[in-house]
Amino acid sequence: MHLPDQLNNIQNIELTHFFELIFNVYGYDFRNYNKAHVKRRILNRINNLGLKSISELQHKVLHEEGFFDLILRDLSINVTEMYREPGFYKSLRNEIIPILRTYPYIKVWHAGCATGEEVYSFAILLQEEGLYDRSQIYATDFNPIVLETAKKAIYPVSKIKEYTLNYQKSGGKNSFSDYYVARYESVIFNQSLKKNIVFAEHNLVTDGVFAEVNLIICRNVLIYFNKELQNKVTGLFTESLIKGGYLGLGSKENLMFTDVFDQYQVVDAKEKIYKKTIFSSK
Amino acid sequence: MNYEAIVIGSSAGGLSALKSIIYNLPGNFSTPIIITQHVSSLSESYMAVFLNQLSQLVIKEADAGEKIKPGHVYIAPPNFHLLIEEDFTLNLTVDEKVNYSRPSIDILFETAALAFKRKLIGIILTGANNDGSNGIKQIKHFGGHTIAQLPASAEVPIMPQSAIDTGCVDKILSLEEITGYIISICH
Ligand SMILES: C[S@@+](CC[C@H](N)C(=O)[O-])C[C@H]1O[C@@H](n2cnc3c(N)ncnc32)[C@H](O)[C@@H]1O
Repeated sequence: MHLPDQLNNIQNIELTHFFELIFNVYGYDFRNYNKAHVKRRILNRINNLGLKSISELQHKVLHEEGFFDLILRDLSINVTEMYREPGFYKSLRNEIIPILRTYPYIKVWHAGCATGEEVYSFAILLQEEGLYDRSQIYATDFNPIVLETAKKAIYPVSKIKEYTLNYQKSGGKNSFSDYYVARYESVIFNQSLKKNIVFAEHNLVTDGVFAEVNLIICRNVLIYFNKELQNKVTGLFTESLIKGGYLGLGSKENLMFTDVFDQYQVVDAKEKIYKKTIFSSK
Repeated sequence: MNYEAIVIGSSAGGLSALKSIIYNLPGNFSTPIIITQHVSSLSESYMAVFLNQLSQLVIKEADAGEKIKPGHVYIAPPNFHLLIEEDFTLNLTVDEKVNYSRPSIDILFETAALAFKRKLIGIILTGANNDGSNGIKQIKHFGGHTIAQLPASAEVPIMPQSAIDTGCVDKILSLEEITGYIISICH
């Protein structure tokens, strides 16, 4: 038996090795995700399966077909909701929509969209503002399984009360029930919301520029990345935005501590909405 | 023993318990304190501001990627889990609730144990659930020092009692005693 400290050292070494291997074999790069979190997820998985070490888990990942999907699920936290932090959507509506309105055609990129709740939240907002028909919405995530759910736009009815409240707080103009029909335990969002949305697999760490867009919404994804990776991904965002384009992050994510900060001005400090300046070098 | 950090978990009744501890710590108390207090996901981040007015210590809501500094008290923001990295920075996540809670005390304590090992003090205060009990076990496992509020003196005794029932609590103290005790062992 190892002492707790020794065992912890061994686990850290095994974990580094595990992520190298996953990157080389499956192409998913977790090497620069914040350690405490991914380590906790992996150790929980080991406990659940009754395994003794990360090395045992590694063996399964390499040799059991389909097993990697489970690890991908453990490491991609797909927790999301509609109008999470309604103030963010209110600020988009009040500060950003009037500017977007001046463009003939609007492209929006939701990066790390999980099961799509955020995407439909913003699609509804665009409809209410009369901009949906001249918008193209790209919604991407690196986890193909959540994208399948996102495409369906079917969510548990148990959440609707909370979502309705969020919608109202976000400055929603209609009755939220106009946008879905309830069926048994589920609600299905209107087909018309999906028309201009393209769902696609995209990995922010390993893939390049996705499209040139007016607005990027990437919330609660950077929070899982270390500083180096945050710099890399915000660099990718900067390349993907038109000059004068907007970037909306999660409430605990801050562009201020990244290398690209001098290419942006702060539109809403609390809701973390930034505008790429027209003087940006990229 | 030279302790490098204190983690505190509290739930129902926790705000006034925290207030009493923090209010009574001297301005030169340098061991950093990291707190997870259960709050409703809808609440605004007022707690750090409120507590900061009472104390000579710097009390702030934890930011992602922030280095832990002496003389500082960090509080988990509503609706985020607070974790400690092994390089002694703070991080936040939006993972599922743990023990019906986000922030979860177990997540803070378990990651703190890995970072500070035997140089950590973990304290469980008043509360109506058993969040933090696994964390207390982990702190003990890594040689840290564990304290629970005397259940009879807690506004809600369930959470400290649950921690005590793990068999991993070193000291059971009333609120007033806790403050004096941590001052004596940290200075
Ligand atoms: C916590 S969810 C955030 C969902 C939504 N944006 C929100 O704020 O409610 C994080 C999402 O980021 C995705 N993700 C994590 N790493 C990624 C990467 N490297 N590339 C693309 N998506 C990633 C996960 O699969 C997950 O769906």
